Amino acid sequence: MIEFVLNGRPQKLDQVDPNLSILEWLRTKMRLTGTKEGCASGDCGACTVIIGTPDQSGKFQHEAVNSCISLIGSLHGKQLITIEAFRQEPGHPVQQTMMEQHGAQCGFCTPGIVMSLVALHASGQPDASSERAILEALSGNLCRCTGYRPIVAAGREALVQAWSPDDETHPAACLVQEKRALEATLSTGVGLSLPDGPRYDAPQTLDELRKLRGRFPEARLIAGGTDLALEITQQLKTLEHMISVERIPELSGCRVEGDELVIGAATTYRRFHRPISDRWPAFDGMLSRLGSLQIRNRGTVGGNIGNASPIGDMPPPLIALGATLVLDGPDGERRLPLEAFFLGYRKTDLQPGEFIHSVRVPMAQPGQRLFIYKVSKRLDDDISAVLGAFQLTLDGNEVVACRLAFGGMAATPARALAAETALCGQPWTEASVARAIAALASDFQPLSDVRASAGYRLQVAGNLLRRALLASDPRHNDEPMLVTDYA
Amino acid sequence: MRKLPLNVPVPARNARGLAGASAIHESAWKHVSGQARYIDDLPEPESLLHAAVGHSDQAHARIVSMDLSEVSAYPGVVAVITAADVPGHLDIGPVFPGDPVLADGLVEHIGQPIFAVAATSHLAARKAARLAKVEYATMEAAITVDQALEKQLFVRPSQTQQRGDPDDALARAPHRLRGEQYVGGQEHFYLEGQACLVEPTEDRGVFVHTSSQHPSEVQKLVAEVLGLPIHEVQAEVRRMGGGFGGKETQAAPLACVAALLARATGRPVKYRLARADDMIQTGKRHDFYNKYDIGFDGNGLIHGADIMVAGRCGYSPDLSDAIVDRAMFHADNAYFLDQARVTGHRCKTHTVSNTAFRGFGGPQGMMVIEQAMDDIASYLGRDPLDIRKLNLYRPGRDVTHYGQTVEQHLLPEMVDSLEASSDYRQRRQDIIDFNRSSPVLKRGMALTPVKFGISFTAKHLNQAGALVHIYTDGSIEVNHGGTEMGQGLYIKVAQVVASAFQVDLDRIKVSATRTDKVPNTSPTAASSGSDLNGMAALDACEKIRARLTAFAAHHWSVPAEQVSFVNNQVVIGSKSLPWADVIRAAYMNRISLSSSGFYATPKIHYDPATGTGRPFLYYANGVACSEVLIDTFTGEYRVLRTDILQDAGRSLNPEIDIGQIEGGFIQGMGWLTTEELVYSDEGRLLTTGPATYKIPAVSDCPPDLRVALVPESPNREATVFHSKAVGEPPLMLGIAVWSALRNAVASLTDYRYSPRLDTPATPERVLAAVSASQRWLDDQQEHA
Repeated sequence: MIEFVLNGRPQKLDQVDPNLSILEWLRTKMRLTGTKEGCASGDCGACTVIIGTPDQSGKFQHEAVNSCISLIGSLHGKQLITIEAFRQEPGHPVQQTMMEQHGAQCGFCTPGIVMSLVALHASGQPDASSERAILEALSGNLCRCTGYRPIVAAGREALVQAWSPDDETHPAACLVQEKRALEATLSTGVGLSLPDGPRYDAPQTLDELRKLRGRFPEARLIAGGTDLALEITQQLKTLEHMISVERIPELSGCRVEGDELVIGAATTYRRFHRPISDRWPAFDGMLSRLGSLQIRNRGTVGGNIGNASPIGDMPPPLIALGATLVLDGPDGERRLPLEAFFLGYRKTDLQPGEFIHSVRVPMAQPGQRLFIYKVSKRLDDDISAVLGAFQLTLDGNEVVACRLAFGGMAATPARALAAETALCGQPWTEASVARAIAALASDFQPLSDVRASAGYRLQVAGNLLRRALLASDPRHNDEPMLVTDYA
Repeated sequence: MRKLPLNVPVPARNARGLAGASAIHESAWKHVSGQARYIDDLPEPESLLHAAVGHSDQAHARIVSMDLSEVSAYPGVVAVITAADVPGHLDIGPVFPGDPVLADGLVEHIGQPIFAVAATSHLAARKAARLAKVEYATMEAAITVDQALEKQLFVRPSQTQQRGDPDDALARAPHRLRGEQYVGGQEHFYLEGQACLVEPTEDRGVFVHTSSQHPSEVQKLVAEVLGLPIHEVQAEVRRMGGGFGGKETQAAPLACVAALLARATGRPVKYRLARADDMIQTGKRHDFYNKYDIGFDGNGLIHGADIMVAGRCGYSPDLSDAIVDRAMFHADNAYFLDQARVTGHRCKTHTVSNTAFRGFGGPQGMMVIEQAMDDIASYLGRDPLDIRKLNLYRPGRDVTHYGQTVEQHLLPEMVDSLEASSDYRQRRQDIIDFNRSSPVLKRGMALTPVKFGISFTAKHLNQAGALVHIYTDGSIEVNHGGTEMGQGLYIKVAQVVASAFQVDLDRIKVSATRTDKVPNTSPTAASSGSDLNGMAALDACEKIRARLTAFAAHHWSVPAEQVSFVNNQVVIGSKSLPWADVIRAAYMNRISLSSSGFYATPKIHYDPATGTGRPFLYYANGVACSEVLIDTFTGEYRVLRTDILQDAGRSLNPEIDIGQIEGGFIQGMGWLTTEELVYSDEGRLLTTGPATYKIPAVSDCPPDLRVALVPESPNREATVFHSKAVGEPPLMLGIAVWSALRNAVASLTDYRYSPRLDTPATPERVLAAVSASQRWLDDQQEHA
């Protein structure tokens, strides 16, 4: 059984197919049709809802989420807030300014856009009305009619207005931060199943997870589900058994141990964005372009590593930093360098009964620099054609150590070992970089696909090294180096 | 509302929300609160079934055998039908035959429906549809325009428009350039996928709720596949979640399939397409291969042109004849070509049948001449804007290559105006300076005009009907043949009606478009929605107003000239009565308060045999100036600023029009930049969802976007309140972004060489142009 609150009304679900997305549940079981299906793949935002998750103090953190690829089981202990919470006129300031600014034309993407802006409004973040925050909030909401200008304008006007539902019975009252945490009474046995049908377990402790994982080695692990759910919505698969790692405290959040930042496998991009960017600022720009905010609110570092896509954006920079992967399993904990985890296309070293526990990221040492460059067709919410991540240790102008890792260049995220050899011990100059670029051709034979051709990938991979060289030249210190610097 | 003291005269004012006011969209609150209903949101009738189709896995093949036993056996499946189960017409081609509702032995593209399933859930229908075992005998397929041209495969005969002797002009011209380009297609990506809900009636017919821009065609084709007279079928469209041309002909096949399943089962059937199925099964904007051969003098003035446009139509004609015609009509864009020949080919390929998309071939035609403008400029070492200005249609140089005279010369002034307001010349210099010192990032800018012909080129479609009822409380309902897809047609027509009676806008309700209220309607397309339906509604209002005037004159014994309609009142001689009171009096005196209205566009004609005529009532004009920044390491870019000046005539609703302009511009920009349709060599679409097909997202919108309407610019033609169409023309303003990207690349060679930049100009294509420029520089150095 799972328990959650929908627009202020408690819900208990038990015999439900756990392959059901929140969107499907809303639209077909509840006939709440304000939340729309635009793509069922987490790319358009028409299905955006707000999920409130209690933190340790019992306060709810509200985040915009794609309900089309969030499974119903993920709602346990949470608040689900949909556009139906805002049906009373005159509505939320976001609704009022959207109308005044002509922010809706066909109106189909509009409920999702309203929910994204309402989530930003409810976040209480101090820069909520800034251009950057508004663009980030809308990064996963496609609109085909307006061209966005009036929507951004509506956001700008609404985000500076105070709003709170006038009484506790208001369907949107759950957005008020001080509300008491939902009492999720079930401590064990959280999950969903159909008799003789698909099953979803949501263990609450590490031990419980180990046991389930050991007993059901065929079950699929799920965290945010931003990738796994596509098997259900796009390939029409029925996943027979899922084990969620979302609710295990040890797997969630960041902590510092010695000179390493430890990121729990089930930590969302949203939650580790700051901690890792504070230590390695190069992550900031890349994470701001990874998926959309809705995806970053659900996707996790463990998921990005575990699904072993050659175009996942986290592995290359983590490999460049020499991060260590921590696996947990029947024989206890096992550590290995992240790059050793990837064995082939979507093939990993994960053993039966094992799960990803955390990733350990070394802190910056003197002389070390990190460059991360993501290249994609579109700037927002797009999958990389190429991602280059370079860690260099410079002594004066000499490259004493380097790790060059790429995504999109091979069947796995991979280091460019020949290029590293060409660069190590050499002066950090155009001539050495040219030799490293020449070596890339022996490191990689990339594929041509819908995102880019092999030739483009190889050319860009080399140019990204050139950019790193240019960016480390103090003469170009204050110069914008990327088109995204012109936001 | 605040009450005024009795002794103060009520200030003279107009009723609220008349034509010209920026009234908000009639569904605005419903949109922002999630209460606007689209097809999939409608209350579901009892015993509803859900439809899905199985589709062809081969681009061109004969179906040898089809085993549907597993499909039928899948839990929840109620019916499975094939072409053999169609009681009426199998072919549902909208203009010319060629589109079987379900394939009958022959498949001509991957994704072509070959059978249909009805099941108790959407998921069950979709899962079942994947279980068919189909054996094919593969045949040779043409996938690209090049392959079709090589094999001379066409869906319709090629056409030529010619004025004067272009061969002679080209031979004599002081300078001559040739060029070619591939212009990519475009997926509509309406946020609401295709959908319909079909309910059997008590007769043999059906009632169809459809997300269609053309309910009358849905009605007709559904009747035909069912083998019924048209009156047995009714179609209703309340609103669409976006259309953009993609729901002009593409909605009908769904309705036909659902109607056939409803016939087979006797139950209501809902059929909505999941995004990937929508992208695979429905037509898109035609991609084109274009060539130009152009002669000009040392100033860049064009003396002659020979232009070829070839569109990829897909496997059937659909609307391609008119679309390639429109590409031909716009191969001049805004420029006098002098002696010119334009040839258009309708290439047949074994891919989905391409269809209408905002601009309807016009944008693809314009691209060829805009490339030529940039090429002439770099050849002569001139600013491209100077070449564009020199060649604009002007009095004396004002007859198009198809013989229509350009009568209203707004563009020369509009270009000057935007050149000044965008600070073009100073920024051009700043950009040149920036590019000299910036090692990796380069800027580019372009100012491009748009001249777009307004009217359906199929003459019979230029007609519309409307129905206006006034109820006894003075509230008004209007119905018309146009459909609402977000463009604000309903509010504009409501404003027209409010203006006709001089009453507040909130007295007027526009009800869902229905084939049993206004029959035989044209599609809401060709930017014609308010031109046609606004006029039809006005006609209906004028009939009722004439009756009310005659009644009031007689009833209150004043001359008819002393009856007028002002600010929710009817002024009758010396007294002024509230609108509702007069309506009640008219009702009590048995005056008809309802009327139909009709409109047919005057003046237009075109003869395809000679390639001449006046296909357009008028032209809509716009100008855009875009500045971009490119990354010469990766080809990535962003648009920094765009200035737009658009002529909307005397706008019916300026804010709604600005919404059309901004949205059209961004959609045009997306078409030419990041929106890439990728097909495999076998003809399989590989970009089947937003994960791989990238329409503009929020941060692609220029951070500095300045849009203005030409002030006080009434249409010279007698359109509704002298407004101008604004749906399609702004899409082509996006060409400024493409041209600016080329300009940024050209900075690498100091604007001496302008490499080709086919579209969509993805970062990869921009980087390829950068590399071509660098190779050109290397060659130059070698020669030096």
